[in-house]
Amino acid sequence: MLPYPLLTLSLVLMWLLLNGFSFGHLLLGSFVAIFASWGMAALRPEKPRLRKWYLLPKLFWLVFVDVIRSNLAVALVILRGRPRGHTAGFLTMPLELQDRTALAILAVILTSVPGSAWLEYDASERHVLLHVLDLIDEETWVDMVKNRYEKLLMEIFE
Amino acid sequence: MIQSAIDLPVWAACLVAFFLLIGSGLALIGAIGFLRLPTFYERIHAPTLGTSWGVGGIVLASILYFSLSSSRLAVHEILIGIFVTVTTPVTLMLLARAALHRDRAERNGNVPERKREI
Repeated sequence: MLPYPLLTLSLVLMWLLLNGFSFGHLLLGSFVAIFASWGMAALRPEKPRLRKWYLLPKLFWLVFVDVIRSNLAVALVILRGRPRGHTAGFLTMPLELQDRTALAILAVILTSVPGSAWLEYDASERHVLLHVLDLIDEETWVDMVKNRYEKLLMEIFE
Repeated sequence: MIQSAIDLPVWAACLVAFFLLIGSGLALIGAIGFLRLPTFYERIHAPTLGTSWGVGGIVLASILYFSLSSSRLAVHEILIGIFVTVTTPVTLMLLARAALHRDRAERNGNVPERKREI
């Protein structure tokens, strides 16, 4: 009946947010959401499994703080120029994360944190090419991504 | 019923203005960076200011303003934030990989080579 309960629920929620809450819209939204989730099921995507969902708020908080911090850092780089000794550069990083959803989330995080961009992921070699705007040394960066995000994502999804 | 902006209490107006200025200020800085940074791969970073806290600040200001002035919770702006955040990487990767492909094919600049062709 409901192959993707979470998707169905978020679609109903989105429908109600956009149209305002009323019984009619609840019915109509549920109707649309159920059909949409059947459509999704026909595509047969890999179903993401959340193992430790209670760690999600922690992840959101980490990202929230990092986004604010790096927003300031990038704004400074743009307005004042880069401090001496800092360069922009490419960075190849090995990843242990394999779950598709988790990789997608990591890509969204690294992109929305200004100052780093996810360029290319090689699934067979399992490494990712990043571009970093303010690169001081590679080790710190790899460490930061691996310990802050990858570990947490692996705990949540694998 | 939406009241006019004058009826808003001062603290609320200040808060709304604060978030609005942060959001639009960051978007402006992002645009300046887009103009000033020297290489393509550096320019890619500038607009992410606008798509992270740029959007975040403006969305927060909008939620506050419309929630307070119509005295009911208006949170559907969050959807804008979510969709902007989720769709930015798609365009960014598309642009960046196109640039990488071109640079590798023309062998200009020090772009890291792909270790193995897939």
